[in-house]
Amino acid sequence: MSDTSAIRLDDLSKTYRVPVREPGLAAALKSIVRRQHREVEAVKQISYEVAAGEIVGFLGPNGAGKTTALKMLSGLLNPTAGEVRVLGHEPFRRDRDFLRQITLVMGNRNQLVWDIPVSDSFERNRAIYRLPQEEFRRTVDGLAELLDLGDLLDKPVRNLSLGERMKCEIAAALLHRPKILFLDEPTIGLDVTMQRRLRRFIKEYNKRYEATVLLTSHYMADVEALCHRVVVIHHGQLLFDGNLSSLVERFSPHKTVALDLEQEGMDLSAYGEVVSTDGSRVTLLVRKEEAARITGQLLADLPVIDLTVEEPSIEEVIEQVFAQEVE
Amino acid sequence: MSRFADIYTTLFKISVAIMLQYRAVLVIWLIGLVLQPIIYLVVWLTVAEARGGQVGDFDKAGLAAYYIVLMIVNHATFDWHMYEMGYRVRTGAFSPLLLQPLHPIHRDIIENVAYKFITLSVMLPAILLLTWLFEPSFGAPIWAVAAFVPALLMAFLVRFFVEWSLALSAFWITDTSGLNQMYVIAALFLTGQMAPLSLMPQWVQSVAGVLPFRWMVAFPVELLLGRLSPEQVFDGFLMQALWLGAGLAVLALTWSRAARRYSAVGA
Repeated sequence: MSDTSAIRLDDLSKTYRVPVREPGLAAALKSIVRRQHREVEAVKQISYEVAAGEIVGFLGPNGAGKTTALKMLSGLLNPTAGEVRVLGHEPFRRDRDFLRQITLVMGNRNQLVWDIPVSDSFERNRAIYRLPQEEFRRTVDGLAELLDLGDLLDKPVRNLSLGERMKCEIAAALLHRPKILFLDEPTIGLDVTMQRRLRRFIKEYNKRYEATVLLTSHYMADVEALCHRVVVIHHGQLLFDGNLSSLVERFSPHKTVALDLEQEGMDLSAYGEVVSTDGSRVTLLVRKEEAARITGQLLADLPVIDLTVEEPSIEEVIEQVFAQEVE
Repeated sequence: MSRFADIYTTLFKISVAIMLQYRAVLVIWLIGLVLQPIIYLVVWLTVAEARGGQVGDFDKAGLAAYYIVLMIVNHATFDWHMYEMGYRVRTGAFSPLLLQPLHPIHRDIIENVAYKFITLSVMLPAILLLTWLFEPSFGAPIWAVAAFVPALLMAFLVRFFVEWSLALSAFWITDTSGLNQMYVIAALFLTGQMAPLSLMPQWVQSVAGVLPFRWMVAFPVELLLGRLSPEQVFDGFLMQALWLGAGLAVLALTWSRAARRYSAVGA
């Protein structure tokens, strides 16, 4: 392991053994006598490293194996094969020293106790993580300021809105100032303002504490705002590991050319794939390497009022990545 | 040790705060705990009445004393986490507990103690009321009363660790409701809740004595009623120590294996 890598996965695999049976009573009875199992490979030989202080986006469609991988990294699941090291620890051993340095935030897992004020839940974490009072106070104040918790701390959790609760959940998960953050869909269900605030917060936390962040999200805005580097998995396999711009390069061979013409109803299919026609406005998809030549040709051949060439949005690219694999 | 002192006092305060939010549930549980021995007591008093005031080596005042002490011991030693383990494993509720640098068993112990602490305020008047209603006779020598305290503590520990270890089977069989039901029925007979063990057939007494059941409830009850000789008490402490050791050993051996199985179920 190189000195700078905080997280390292080496051919990491996880296979679940799940019982299978046909529907119906007869099958149910049969399964009592002979249980059949099926192996599901949730994660297949994934390898990558994350340097200390890096923020990496961990992407993939639902069921790709992201959560399984995060659970192996945080020590909840035992890998079937391969190796994981997080800060030099083998996560599944769940050494106290390891657990004190990491956190896993999952949308549906609660750090907070429903019926008591948020600050009581914080106090509980203080005791469990053995945080010195003084340091704990400072951390709470810092988090309260960064996340704008204000008077939320004195309210029982059940009286909080989803967004307020999520902020408090994240604060509770960070009281022990973990060096590694595993964030599984941290912005799910939040409104745009709250999402933006949370993104700012993650960035700030990363800077302030030099924390390493591995984040999954279906919101590309999260990824674009936070991660230079992304790791994409699909069907449990690693598809891509690199920076965002090269993901776009690699998986989208097209550019979008949008034209405003003086005339309506012109046929431009000879120049590229027509994506949409709206009166005199036409959008074309052209191959990247031909983009320059075709735009020149379009300008020369046609009565063009306006022309723009754009990279596809990261959302479109991701969609394409997932679609390619499914085929 | 000071590490645990802070964790225990903090978690204790918070557990009390959480439980006080659910007063109705607390009271309902408590009614069950008080009602069950009263029902058995009334049944046995009726039997005694029909037999001229005596059942086996118990007269009516002796039966009343038995069930009042049983209620105290059962309340002090019982734990419910066994019945929650299946749920925790199935739904993944175990996950946050596993990711904190504290063995989940600590939380369960603290919750248990917090519950006992809160319910003491209802238990004490219940004991006084039953004493006034059923006129029990207690006649234990001082040494037995003194020995009762450690015996009760050991009974609690034996019951807690044996049940918690047993509950780990949830990691293998997921739905433990059937197993729990079997355990409850066995415990009902073998801990002396249904009837004092001395009224049971000899073979039941033997089974209860070999298994941990007698040492979880009946032993401290019989001790406080002055029904045991110093030798029997000594043997009782020995059996308690043995079963506590067995419970702890099973826990130590199976815990990491159980957690390994967790992946195969909910997570």
